[in-house]
Amino acid sequence: MGQSEDKVQEMAEETLDSREEDLPHETDKNKQENGPSGPILLFFIAGLIISLLIGWVIFPKLLYSQKKQPIDFNHAFHMQEVDNGCESCHFFRDDGSFAGVPKNEQCISCHEEVLGESPNETILVEEYISKDREVPWLIYSKQPDCVFFSHAAHVKMADMECSTCHGPVGESTHLKDYEENRISGYSRDIWGNAISGLKKHSWDRMKMDDCAACHKEAAGGKTTERSPQLFFDLLSKVFPNAATPQKTEACFVCHK
Amino acid sequence: MKIDRRSFLSFVIGGAAGTTLSPLPWKLMDDAAIWTQTWPWTPVPEDGAVTHVKSTCTLCPGGCGISVRLIDDRPVKIEGLEGHPINKGGLCMLGLSGLQFLYGPSRVRCPMKRVGKRGEGKWEKISWEDAIALVAQTLDGLRSTNESHALSCISGSDYGTVPALFRRFFDVYGSVNFIRMPSIDDSYELVFKLMQGMMEASAGFDMENTDFVLSFGSGLFEGWGSPVRMFGANSLWKKTGVKVVQIEPRLSNTAALSDRWIPINPGTEAVLALGLAHVIIQNSLYNNDFIHNYTYGFENWKRVVVNEYSPENVEKITGIPQNVIYSLAKDFTGAKKPLAICGKGQGVHPGSASEFMAVHALNALAGSIDSEGGVWAVEKQNYIQWPDVGKDSIAEAGVRKDRVDGAGAENYPYVRYLPSRFIEIIQSAKESPVKVLFVHGANPYYSLPDSSSVRNAFEKIPFIVSFSPYMDETALHSDLILPDHVYLERYEEVLRARSFHRPIIGLSRPVIKPQFATKHSGDVIISLARKMGGYISHAFPWESYEQCLQETMGDKWAALQENGFWADETFKPSGWKNTVKAQMVKCDFSYNELFSLPHFCIMGIKREDPIYPLSLIPYDSTRLSSGFIGSPPFVIKTLEDTVLKGKDMFIEIHPDTAETYGLAEGRRVILKTPKGELTVRVHLFEGILPNVVAVPRGLGHTGYDIYLAGKGANANELIGAFEDPVSGHDGAWGIAAQLRKA
Repeated sequence: MGQSEDKVQEMAEETLDSREEDLPHETDKNKQENGPSGPILLFFIAGLIISLLIGWVIFPKLLYSQKKQPIDFNHAFHMQEVDNGCESCHFFRDDGSFAGVPKNEQCISCHEEVLGESPNETILVEEYISKDREVPWLIYSKQPDCVFFSHAAHVKMADMECSTCHGPVGESTHLKDYEENRISGYSRDIWGNAISGLKKHSWDRMKMDDCAACHKEAAGGKTTERSPQLFFDLLSKVFPNAATPQKTEACFVCHK
Repeated sequence: MKIDRRSFLSFVIGGAAGTTLSPLPWKLMDDAAIWTQTWPWTPVPEDGAVTHVKSTCTLCPGGCGISVRLIDDRPVKIEGLEGHPINKGGLCMLGLSGLQFLYGPSRVRCPMKRVGKRGEGKWEKISWEDAIALVAQTLDGLRSTNESHALSCISGSDYGTVPALFRRFFDVYGSVNFIRMPSIDDSYELVFKLMQGMMEASAGFDMENTDFVLSFGSGLFEGWGSPVRMFGANSLWKKTGVKVVQIEPRLSNTAALSDRWIPINPGTEAVLALGLAHVIIQNSLYNNDFIHNYTYGFENWKRVVVNEYSPENVEKITGIPQNVIYSLAKDFTGAKKPLAICGKGQGVHPGSASEFMAVHALNALAGSIDSEGGVWAVEKQNYIQWPDVGKDSIAEAGVRKDRVDGAGAENYPYVRYLPSRFIEIIQSAKESPVKVLFVHGANPYYSLPDSSSVRNAFEKIPFIVSFSPYMDETALHSDLILPDHVYLERYEEVLRARSFHRPIIGLSRPVIKPQFATKHSGDVIISLARKMGGYISHAFPWESYEQCLQETMGDKWAALQENGFWADETFKPSGWKNTVKAQMVKCDFSYNELFSLPHFCIMGIKREDPIYPLSLIPYDSTRLSSGFIGSPPFVIKTLEDTVLKGKDMFIEIHPDTAETYGLAEGRRVILKTPKGELTVRVHLFEGILPNVVAVPRGLGHTGYDIYLAGKGANANELIGAFEDPVSGHDGAWGIAAQLRKA
């Protein structure tokens, strides 16, 4: 052991001594009053409650920004005016692809000029149609580009209702605020309004598990896979002569 | 209560426990995963309605049909048009990259007037009205001093309505100096004129029905003729066992894809063709019926060929052994429907008239003229029937003046345009005979041989107007740019496709509205004529180019709109018996004096030159665009490291040549010719003859965009024009050169 190491040891001992001297006597009192685990448990509970509050209450508030739609569209009113339900405006193109949110081209067939007294209609005609600008609608159900979803397979082939996934949008008289996820950029409706991820209705969430759950159910629960097989089963019903592809769980069936 | 270490830790543990019981970490993980899909550099295609518009590609003279896929209003992909007679749904690399010309940074976005020195790149944006007024004022100035003939135009094409509008403007304005950029069309026109008595006919090859192809250096699978059709022909030939023989000093892709590659001394192809003719005649292998019943002057020609082109002589010049010459002649005539093709590389160069005529004579010997699987003369379609123009006295005087390039006059009676001579005359004159130059659909500043002469000539021309949609080299060195739309934004009919054997008209049409303040050159000419008034204005009765085109196409317009093209599928050549000439001449051999050996000046520079001991030849590749259009980024990226590495261009030399000069692979050298010198790197390649240097064409741009400019060097810096003694065209496909270490 060298000289310098001795010094270090001496210094360490001195420090220990001085700590013992500085220790307040109140600590001993506390120990006596609350027992050794009292304050520790209190801190644990405090930490638990605060983090639960942050996670369940504050985090969802911070995560989403609120955006107003450019025009407050009244679905219920338009549903009365059209003959063909949702498909009157949200139609399938000739090639079978789904047109999604209508463009000016569709609106213009009625709204070339202002028809009623609604200020929203005035905005549509004056700000968009007459200026030949498309309305920058914020789309609640927009999925990332990597998701492949065919409306035709679900609506045309499996005869599903629009509301099964989208909810009773057709009955709404106003458009709700678009809550944009600040990280992913997509709508809150994809994860679902409940931050827990739990849902009451089939349209409350639009995540992969929701696709899978429904597909599993439709397949009679026989298959445990998230079953693209269902798609091919349906395909073979519609096109009985077509060669049905091999059963596959390949990711690229849904993921581009 | 004081917070000690244990309390703090307890708080943290509580917090951690609470956090795991809250959705925060799980939700953040999920969002982070989705966030990775939304990075701004990840391309996300727009969703929308898919439509297809049928149009025609104009990036090369191939005339391929295209189908442009649009998402809503935005073109997103160019595909080949299914069922098109030329490309049958296929498309080349350049055509597929066409959208980069639409959206890329090389475009000129509005009319620009030069403010700095020429080539300095300082421009002032001006309105279309001011731009057209400026041109009108300059042109009025020329007319006021009776110098209307000092207006000239270099155009990429003289087929179709847009060039016809330019020519009409020239006619009524008073100038004959309209010039077309050089190509093999010049030489084939000459061949048909001299040997078949046809005016302005172009060569069509019945590629799909031939059974033996003898190519004299044509880059058949490297962009020659209509490139996609040639790729299709290659597949067909492989399937049906058609033999392809490639004669070329270098193992090009075409040579590699052919059944037999015969390396030849550069520039001696015509000698070989006549050597083959010698063997064919001596062994009576020619088509007797055709030669005796439908030709003229054969006996005299035969005497020249038999006397001068014995295989011994030909071997000495071409370097091809006699036995190869014998076997090749027998294979050629042994085939049922043989076809000889010439026009080197991509065919953007006229080449030697003797060579074209000698090769045409080979086709004649085999009876492959206007026959199945042979070469057909495709006559010009005369659908442009505009009323004659009235002219004032200035214009009358102007059009009676001689052409600046001398084409069609005393010394050059057989040809219509001589662009290289045009440049030479301007650069050697004290004062340029051309005062105003229009450049449309061409990039002569880059593409014409002997770049330094071109630079000098351009410097002497007082006022240059470019109609280019891109900031190419010519636009960069002009005084005023009147940018045209790119081909995806404009109408134009595409008359014929190079080397296609049937009459065809494609319609190039707008698939998107103009992205910038550009204007169709046809409309510019009409507006300019309006501005100038008088007879000039009267000659252009149309409201717009579109109206002009629609009226001109007449009953073909509907088919063009519907299918994107009009084709005469049933077209057959007139056949031997129904020839145009009364005396039943289908092939005239009487220009035999042109075939005498002294006329074969090999590249215009004598052999065994002690200063320049090597032969330099340029080469073309489908991966490099060497015409008006510069290679877009997608295409330039496909070049191998042995052609372009970083900014360095590689030349090919044989390992033996490299050993003589002590050069290792990649060594930097100075390549010098009588016309100029470049610093390049060497690539050692056994597929090239010793003492030959091959230089890629299509590199060394200074214009366009950062993806093309400054990469490699322009082969035209090294190669000078050499006037062909027969035609006056530039006959040089190469030059003598020397190498030394840099």
